Amino acid sequence: MDKKLLRKGTPYFFILPWIIGFLVFTAGPLVLSLIMSFFEWPITSSPTFRGLGNYIEMFTADKQFYKSLVITLKYAAIFVPLNMVIALFLAMLITQPVKGVKIYRTIFYIPAVISGVAISIIWSWILNGNYGALNYLLSLIGIDGPNWLVDPAWALFAVIMASAFGVGTMMLIFYTDIKSIPIDLYEAASLDGANPARQFFSITLPIITPTILFNLITSLISAFQQLTLVMLLTKGGPLNSTYFYGMYTYNNAFKHHKLGYASANAWVMFVIILFLTAIVFKSSSAWVFYEAEAKSAKKNGKSGKGGKR
Amino acid sequence: MSMSKTSKVIIYVLLTIMALYFLSPFVYMFFTTFKTEAEAIAYPPTLFPKKWLVGNFLDAWNAQPFGTYLWNSILVTVGTTAGQLLSCSLVAFGFARYNFKGKNVLFMILLSTMMIPWDVTMIPQYMEFKVFGWINTLKPLIVPAWFGSAYYIFLMRQFLMGIPKDFEEAARIDGANAFQIYWKIFMPIMKPQLILVGVLNMISVWNDYLGPLIFLQDRSKFTLALGLASFKGVHSTQIIPMLCITVIMILPPIIVFLFAQKHIVEGTSGSIK
Repeated sequence: MDKKLLRKGTPYFFILPWIIGFLVFTAGPLVLSLIMSFFEWPITSSPTFRGLGNYIEMFTADKQFYKSLVITLKYAAIFVPLNMVIALFLAMLITQPVKGVKIYRTIFYIPAVISGVAISIIWSWILNGNYGALNYLLSLIGIDGPNWLVDPAWALFAVIMASAFGVGTMMLIFYTDIKSIPIDLYEAASLDGANPARQFFSITLPIITPTILFNLITSLISAFQQLTLVMLLTKGGPLNSTYFYGMYTYNNAFKHHKLGYASANAWVMFVIILFLTAIVFKSSSAWVFYEAEAKSAKKNGKSGKGGKR
Repeated sequence: MSMSKTSKVIIYVLLTIMALYFLSPFVYMFFTTFKTEAEAIAYPPTLFPKKWLVGNFLDAWNAQPFGTYLWNSILVTVGTTAGQLLSCSLVAFGFARYNFKGKNVLFMILLSTMMIPWDVTMIPQYMEFKVFGWINTLKPLIVPAWFGSAYYIFLMRQFLMGIPKDFEEAARIDGANAFQIYWKIFMPIMKPQLILVGVLNMISVWNDYLGPLIFLQDRSKFTLALGLASFKGVHSTQIIPMLCITVIMILPPIIVFLFAQKHIVEGTSGSIK
């Protein structure tokens, strides 16, 4: 009897650490945060119930809310596609069968293992308007570079440039996927006379669509949470031109000590992220091509044409 | 596949251009750390220092209690890595090698926690740790790691799922209990995954800025990332010391990565399959 109970309980014993951690560090805070979002909750004095007050204030009276939301959407709209194109381009380069390509793979990945603190220091130094190396290089080809971090028209672009430095993680995900594509697909295609561009668009691209979906979602989520770089690179400035939503939430909580209001900010962001992810997932049935389908297509003959449907 | 000479040349040119983009900031930074302050802000900039001032590093290191920051970073990195390796392997073992009631639901919950933005949980976590009396200690940074982390559990579970079902049968017949099977049989085969998770965790914890920013207040508790960031706030007009500390800060993750590169590349391919 006891033995049977013990055997039944064994798996739960193994996953117990995660269950405790989930309750204490994830589920508990999640519920607490939702509750807090209906309160006025200063750090020092006791909370008072506000109902939907925080949300109403945000949508009707707080101009910074819209401004920060627009800045973040703009950032995501540029950063996510740009990052994915660069990552895919690099991944294609390092999957080419040339000598020494692994060294390049290492070089491209290195910035991705470096702290955002270090990246922001390096870039604020390179982007400096007076002695920065980038403007010097631009001046060599006759371009008078802007004062990147001080000019509101360019600061967002500077943040995007600095964040694209860590493209290596995504590159590596594309790389391992492209590497796993069977080489005979390409051989068959090149016998059929398909040039490299054609091979890329009708073999590589369709096969990696699930990975594109994965990278799209993860980078979308991380773009919305971008905070470290803006905090250290521009501090939200100049003239609040890089006052990202993450920073808006953070400052409401820890600078203005409005914990309830900041919780409401965070929940609105959460809902937006869920909404966007749902849209991406929904659209994916139209453009993502799964391997299982490819295999059944292959069985029905036509090995060379791994294209879309 | 063979390749024409021209396409090879084009590929090398592209590879080199991109390598210059990623590498030149580091090379330029490395040379600059040996310059004088005036040389560093001279325009047009120069690449090599006129005189190699090796003492710059020592001056920078002594400008703030960086030794303390380094020690705190080491404590947090080692403490979290030990915790993640133990807890994630236990949980992954439970999910991968057993069938039990509620398993699929629990695993779906585990995966979905990866979607929760940090912004939502950071405020209540701050309050929780305040109640525990952990603010301004290293505990909020270390203790949660002993309760597993969804992504690492997922990585290990994917690996364990691939091992044949009857693998532990022999040991069970020999009278080994569940914990012995986990510890003596599965931990050794999981070595590549343990290295992967250990390295990923070391890099991300070493680099973390926001966690220490929220939970730590006294300089005596700062980690290197937080110390460097606060150094930037105070010494923004002095470039050399800031770059010296930056070089010191980025070296450990780069070295760890170079040693564990194979595991990271293979682990990435395992996780998306």
